[in-house]
Amino acid sequence: MSPRPGFVLEVDRSTPATLIWHGEGFRLERLPVGSRVVYPPEALSPLEDPDAAIRHALLHPLGDSEPLPALLRPGMRLTIAFDDISLPLPPMRSPDVRQRVIEAVLDMAATAGVDDVVLVAALALHRRMTEDELRHIVGDRVYDAFAPHGLLTQHDAEDPDGMLHLGLTDAGEDVEINRRAATSDLVVYVNIDLVPMDGGHKSVATGLASYRSLRHHHNVRTMQHSRSFMDQHRSELHSSNWRMGRHIAASGVKVFQIETTLNNDTFPDQFRFLQRREWEWSVRDRAGFLAVSKSLERTPERLARSIFQSIRAPHAVTSVQAGEVEAVHTRAAEHLHTQQSVEVAGQTDVLTMGLPYLCPYNVNSVMNPVLVMCLGLGYLFNMYRGKPLVRPGGALIMSHPTPWAFDPVHHPSYIDFFEQVLPETTDPLEIEAKYEEAFATDPWYVHLYRTGHAYHGVHPFYMWYWGAHALQHLGAVIVVGGDRRAVRRLGFKPASGLGDALEMAEDVVGADPSITHLHAPPLLMANVS
Amino acid sequence: MIGEALAGKRIAVTGATGFLGTALVERLLRSVPDCEVAVLVRPGRRATAARRLQREILRNDCFDRLRAELGDRFDAETSRRVQVIEGDVGQEGVGLDDDGAALLTGCDVVIHSAATVSFDAPLDTAVEVNMLGPSRLAEALGTTPSSPHLIAVSTAYVAGSRRGDAPEALLTDTPFATHADWRAEVAAARRARSDADADSRRPERLARFTRDARAELGAAGAPLLAERAERLRDEWVKERLVSLGRTRAQSLGWPDAYAYTKALGERALLENRGDLPLTIVRPSIIESALAEPRPGWIRGFRMAEPVIISYARGLLGQFPGVPEGVVDVIPVDLVVAAILAVAAEGPAEQPAVYQVASGTRQPLRYDNLVSLAESWFTEHPLYDSRGQPIVVPEWSFPGRGKVQRQLTRAGKGLQAAERLMGALPLRGRRAEVSSRLEERRQQAERALSYVELYGSYAETEARFQVDRLLSLWERLDDDDRQTFCFDPAVIDWAHYLHDVHLPSVVTQARVRTTPGGRTGPTRAERGRRAVLAPERHLAAFDLENTLIASNVVESYAWLATRRLSEGDRLRFTLRTLREVPGMLALDRRDRGDFLRAFYRHYDEAPAEQVRADAWEMFSALILAKSFPDGIRRVRDHRSRGHRTLLITGAIDLVVEPLRPLFDDIVCARLAERDGRILGELVDPPPTGEARAMVMAAYAEAEGLALEESVAYADSSSDLPMLEAVGHPVAVNPEAKLATIARKRGWHVENWTRAAGAPRHLLPFAPRLTRSDVS
Repeated sequence: MSPRPGFVLEVDRSTPATLIWHGEGFRLERLPVGSRVVYPPEALSPLEDPDAAIRHALLHPLGDSEPLPALLRPGMRLTIAFDDISLPLPPMRSPDVRQRVIEAVLDMAATAGVDDVVLVAALALHRRMTEDELRHIVGDRVYDAFAPHGLLTQHDAEDPDGMLHLGLTDAGEDVEINRRAATSDLVVYVNIDLVPMDGGHKSVATGLASYRSLRHHHNVRTMQHSRSFMDQHRSELHSSNWRMGRHIAASGVKVFQIETTLNNDTFPDQFRFLQRREWEWSVRDRAGFLAVSKSLERTPERLARSIFQSIRAPHAVTSVQAGEVEAVHTRAAEHLHTQQSVEVAGQTDVLTMGLPYLCPYNVNSVMNPVLVMCLGLGYLFNMYRGKPLVRPGGALIMSHPTPWAFDPVHHPSYIDFFEQVLPETTDPLEIEAKYEEAFATDPWYVHLYRTGHAYHGVHPFYMWYWGAHALQHLGAVIVVGGDRRAVRRLGFKPASGLGDALEMAEDVVGADPSITHLHAPPLLMANVS
Repeated sequence: MIGEALAGKRIAVTGATGFLGTALVERLLRSVPDCEVAVLVRPGRRATAARRLQREILRNDCFDRLRAELGDRFDAETSRRVQVIEGDVGQEGVGLDDDGAALLTGCDVVIHSAATVSFDAPLDTAVEVNMLGPSRLAEALGTTPSSPHLIAVSTAYVAGSRRGDAPEALLTDTPFATHADWRAEVAAARRARSDADADSRRPERLARFTRDARAELGAAGAPLLAERAERLRDEWVKERLVSLGRTRAQSLGWPDAYAYTKALGERALLENRGDLPLTIVRPSIIESALAEPRPGWIRGFRMAEPVIISYARGLLGQFPGVPEGVVDVIPVDLVVAAILAVAAEGPAEQPAVYQVASGTRQPLRYDNLVSLAESWFTEHPLYDSRGQPIVVPEWSFPGRGKVQRQLTRAGKGLQAAERLMGALPLRGRRAEVSSRLEERRQQAERALSYVELYGSYAETEARFQVDRLLSLWERLDDDDRQTFCFDPAVIDWAHYLHDVHLPSVVTQARVRTTPGGRTGPTRAERGRRAVLAPERHLAAFDLENTLIASNVVESYAWLATRRLSEGDRLRFTLRTLREVPGMLALDRRDRGDFLRAFYRHYDEAPAEQVRADAWEMFSALILAKSFPDGIRRVRDHRSRGHRTLLITGAIDLVVEPLRPLFDDIVCARLAERDGRILGELVDPPPTGEARAMVMAAYAEAEGLALEESVAYADSSSDLPMLEAVGHPVAVNPEAKLATIARKRGWHVENWTRAAGAPRHLLPFAPRLTRSDVS
């Protein structure tokens, strides 16, 4: 039986309660009759032999590119860049597809007699990964072969000797990327495309860039002009990255792009009910839901967090494509859309969503309030093509505990952003104008980014900008079941339950509103007509 | 006419800085326009007698009325009419120089109102001032009939704890006469002082003071502990003399040392006066003014006020007393008027006695006083810190013994609880509980001391006769009666208490009288603003428990386990646990010794490897256990241009990753040889008083002022560092420091770990199983 496409359910009297994510947990809620629930497509069938598919892709590149072996020669400088721990979500079971691709690339490089090979984790301004995290991505074999010799590196955007400025784009944007990559004969970039924003020219132009370069597209104006940044052709974020990518190519940096896509198989067997439609739950799914939610009730928050953080997704590879950046990305995006697209007719007055425990920036740490904002208003809100799921001036209701909690190792600048910036203003433009530069250039944050495991000082600003389009579009944001003080600090309204939240939303959108619930994760992309 | 009789005269007043004395000076200047006033003032430690006249007498709000009447002429008028004589009635010869003596003997009237009025003064002080003071003054005036008229202010309570009528007669002529020899009492009091002092210096006592100082301050370093121990010794001696004074007084039939020394002072004066013209005026309990210079004027926080305020704050659940007993209170302006009337009339042949008291003429019953106070405070309640009105307790007039027993028990219970809390390793808000316990205990102790001190005044059954006073009143003409009213019959107690005295006491006590939450910045906000003010120079930070919830032992454990196998980890844990008690004891005694002993653990460790691991530990342990508010505070100081300095006993390689946070770091350093760490320190570690010295040296070298500097620390062992600066901040203070900070009004910060920080049961490094990372 082939996997079924995404689906929009209209809630009637016989519809069972809907599962709604709520941080490290979830609950069943009855949505008002007439509400719509948007379900993601079922997981696509995986490639039977991913290793063979990888070899095939490397040998049969797309676009204007020679096969990888033809690009390799003895004495050359080869840099293999790869996506960091922010992809995929949750982290996938071993072996990670990046490990498979890197091993294949290294095999070909060895065969070709290339011995100047350096691996670079393309962190951009993300945190440095720990040894365990790196091992998980590249595998022990690659780690043990490269790391002890200093050949497995993590991109350091603040290393004055590690960056190279390649000039300006036509639009006057600085292009500054990792010096090792920029001075290599070939850069092989290994991607996992989880959402349509990933991949393409964004891989090198963002993943290996510096603040000086990133600020040209990671800003409020860009975000407000990306409708959405998940839709490459209507995204100012992408236009800028594409200009930079072409400028990098024109500067003589040869990039061999590899993009992989995964299926929607997001949760392991014991959490299978999370990716099934409620009315189709089997006795086992019901039992699973009961067992998990009952035991979560008795589990301390901290323990629940570490249980969820230890989830490894059974994601399977659905496609591998390699070659010239733009051709590769176009093909990969098609695969993503096949897996994630759902046709939705018309916008809604009220959009509801349950936010899970995880977003790209809190793997192995707590999801702090700023990240709650980013996941809801940045990521999930923007998972549309055409029009946003919710109408202009509509209300967004998110369910998440939103604890006043931060990881001081991963998110030190977030704490100060939350304590010092948000009490003053939540307006993205004002925040950008008044505070961004001080945080971005703060020597203490730079020190923590370079030597610890901290996100860059400017990163919380980017999280806030990610939600700028939604803030502009929405009439109200209501958070169900969140820490009231923290929710208010974000500029949102706290509500104790979904019912209350819907009542509050009516004050903004009028009586008898249309309601749509986004049933994710697993992720979906709404094509709103 | 009183004014005319005193016009042109020169009148001296002793005790002019006191309640009655100030009122006397004011009244003379305002109501007897042509007299001159000489005030005998004891030079203070910091201020000359002339300066005390300006600051402590003329600037008192008692003179507001006169100031308003005279306008710009006030200063000229007072400097023309008031002269200062330096002197001290507590000293032989009153400490007068020749000019002073001449000035004093040239006076027409000398009003002696100087006394130690505190009921719990040490015996010897009370004896010197109250018992010997009047005689010394008399000797200085010359004991001839042509000498000035001496009016000695005594107290009605010289009658002692006896029942029945107390007539206006010399003590020798009353049934209250005591046969105690004042000379023997003086000698005994002086001996008691030297005995107590000698006793306090016995080795076991000195050891005890040192032990108590350590219990209070912890490992605060030798100089501070010594200073504290010496103060404890002084207090002990004083306490001994206070209790000796009380017991001696009671053994002779007086309620306290005040009445006892005053009584024997009267007798000594009679013996020593020769033919000096003398009148004795005995007021009862002097309280705020009925009308002059304005209703409610009062100076100082006196006997009844603390009791009243404690009652209004609900702290004094019971106060003993006889309901139908008379509380003999007399407004200060009535006493002043009576004294001036006595002065105007001039001395009699033989020393005369006037009592100024309300008890027989216009008695205020104790139960009436209590019900008047209750009704007033019910209508005008005080408010607690949360802005809630306080309901006054209902007194049931129990016996003194019962109340004392209850309070003693409460105090002991609280003390035990406090000791228990003090022994627990508490910090921050929980330590505040223990310091609040101490506050409660002190309240209970204070209540007990009020009961002990003042209880007898609510139980007095002596009735002070005022016949002579009233016949003096009869002799006045109508004008004088208007201007210098001293007939107690004019007092309407309900009016006096409700409209005059209680409002005045409440204002004086500066207690909350308005409901509702606080407006404006809270205490914490004000404190924060003060430490972050732009004019500060330097902010010095302790590390452990001030900026991070960790310590040298944890960082050692982390580094030591980084490369251990599972089995070795267990052995490591066991070995370390065995050492814990000894190490803890050492730490409590002396931080420096502890560090010296502990750092031996690092002996032979490979330096480069430890250094590399320390960078990992920076994230895994130091930052994970950091207080984000603390780190932000360091950065706040820096952004304001203050110099920031970390002072810690941790070793350099552990704090190295923190270097960019501070302008400078002072830490312990371990010696190294051939790539191996030696377990010995290069310099003495910056602990205890060494920290204060480090800071002083640093400030001096950098041209910074310590009084404009801020120090952050968490423990009483950091006291030298905190005391060295103008703006100390106690961070998550342990019980001892919490108490000290509260007493001294230091700013307190409670910083916590980030709620989302990773937590581990043991401070061990994640195990490196597969390879060594370079």
